[in-house]
Amino acid sequence: MSEYAEHGPEGSGPGLVEKRFYTFAEDEPFPLDSGQSLGPLTLAYETLGRLDPDGSNAVLVCHALTGDSHAAGVYSPSDPKPGWWEVMIGPGKGIDTDKYFVICSNVLGGCMGSTGPAGLNPATGHPYGLAFPVLTIGDMVRAQKALLDHLGVTRLLAVVGGSMGGMQVLEWAARFPDMVVSAIPLATAARHSALHIAFHEVARQAIVSDPNFSGGDYYHSEKPAHGLAVARMIGHITYLSDAAMRHKFGRGLQDRADFSFSFDADFQVESYLRYQGRKFVERFDANSFLYITRAADYFDLAVVHGAGSLTQAFSRGKTRFLVVSFSSDWLYPTYQSRELVQALKRAGQDVSFCEIEAQWGHDAFLLDSPRLTGLVAGHLERTRHDLKLGLI
Amino acid sequence: MRYDLDLIASWITPGSKVLDLGCGQGELLEFLHQSKQVRGFGVERDEAKAAAGISRGVSILQGDISQEVRDYPDQAFDFVVLSQTLQQVSEPLTVIQEMLRVGRKAVVSFPNFAHWRNRMQLFFQGQAPQTPELPYDWHDTPNIRVITLKDFTLFCNRYGVTIHEAVAVKTDPAAKSGLILRWLPNLLGSYGIFLLGRQ
Repeated sequence: MSEYAEHGPEGSGPGLVEKRFYTFAEDEPFPLDSGQSLGPLTLAYETLGRLDPDGSNAVLVCHALTGDSHAAGVYSPSDPKPGWWEVMIGPGKGIDTDKYFVICSNVLGGCMGSTGPAGLNPATGHPYGLAFPVLTIGDMVRAQKALLDHLGVTRLLAVVGGSMGGMQVLEWAARFPDMVVSAIPLATAARHSALHIAFHEVARQAIVSDPNFSGGDYYHSEKPAHGLAVARMIGHITYLSDAAMRHKFGRGLQDRADFSFSFDADFQVESYLRYQGRKFVERFDANSFLYITRAADYFDLAVVHGAGSLTQAFSRGKTRFLVVSFSSDWLYPTYQSRELVQALKRAGQDVSFCEIEAQWGHDAFLLDSPRLTGLVAGHLERTRHDLKLGLI
Repeated sequence: MRYDLDLIASWITPGSKVLDLGCGQGELLEFLHQSKQVRGFGVERDEAKAAAGISRGVSILQGDISQEVRDYPDQAFDFVVLSQTLQQVSEPLTVIQEMLRVGRKAVVSFPNFAHWRNRMQLFFQGQAPQTPELPYDWHDTPNIRVITLKDFTLFCNRYGVTIHEAVAVKTDPAAKSGLILRWLPNLLGSYGIFLLGRQ
């Protein structure tokens, strides 16, 4: 979730990538789960590797709350900042771009090139702001499906993603089971806990109570930067864990030997959170944050696809699942992954599960982990092998 | 392939669906997949072993076998295997009944506590036996059940479990070869391997 956390030195990356755009629903607006519709729509996307002639090697990567289409690679030879999942995607890595055709798009409602509340409302000629319709994870996935149709991808060897990306993975498997050969939901859940919704609500309240929020119509004036920064600070607390914070900061002081006896950022953890907040404001739109967190909070796979039963939601198709959780993740705790696994077993689906012992909290899914890399690589390799032999 | 696993594999019908409880790194399932086109699924408690198996492409759930066996639908598998794990199970009857609920047949193997070497150590040294099959000190062992071939047979009879095959083998842990014993099996056999079904 803290995408663009400073990763350590990488091995060879996948090289240059280009952000592309696909615009659709120009004549006929795109119907949304809320009953409203939206159009035209643009999705920003990036691809790596090549699609096999038989179309059997496509892997869709779904990003988390504040991620974007830039999963791996760089935009130019001098670009210092590789994609948010550079540790996983590239030649010889977990998702090997020498073998697989990797697609990643910015979610609908986002602010990294896809249509979202910062985009122009064709009805008014002004940015949508809060006139933008409330979205669901289902809407995001159906928009991705339109992109894949456009790209000529008819089958997905795998859909992979963590956190809210994992929710999209689950939505894909439940909504388009015949298209999804395998699904890899990481550090995720079939629905948010009350605790999770509570964190999101506090973050949203920080934004809407910023004096500059102006009912979401701030695109031509001062942005609600402080509110968005506080929202991000809350996020970063939830992405770590008690152990991670103790290890990373302890009670260490930032650039000082003693307390300032003021309300400056004395502690390292305070300084870190303020820095993350400031940095986030530069790249993210406050309205997008509201819409995307709302979509994630509304998500409930069992209700939408199984009349309340998670087992029923997974009863169609023959998708192979690899579910992974992390021991110190309190945002998407292991018990939620085990609920997924239980439902998949009851539905008779092929599922692997591993709880990785990690002290880095929810953020662990984005960090370099030979164990996670091995799991993903092995699962993809076997799925591809069995698909070629016609075993699945 | 370990001798006892090889023997278990010989009982598995090609193309069948197999659940291996306590599958380790999935060696048996991998072998069955390659040699008999078996669709294999495993349960393993240890994270490192489960992860190693999944990384090799085997479908494995990391979890406790007594818990994990419960969620499968009735008769979801053709065979359910419990290889050298029964001595570590706290509720053996429940697990074996669950195995026969989720599978048509069950394969159970365990180290034979009545092997002559165990008897000798207890008799002559007066100490809890330590053998290649059961190498742990009494206070530091994962093995909480003491099982003999005779006791397991009586157990199956008492609880209505049909024994289709019962084999005593003489082999060493990790050895690729061994012998099937027909004479004094409960004294000479180091392992028992049973093919079970419901009455």
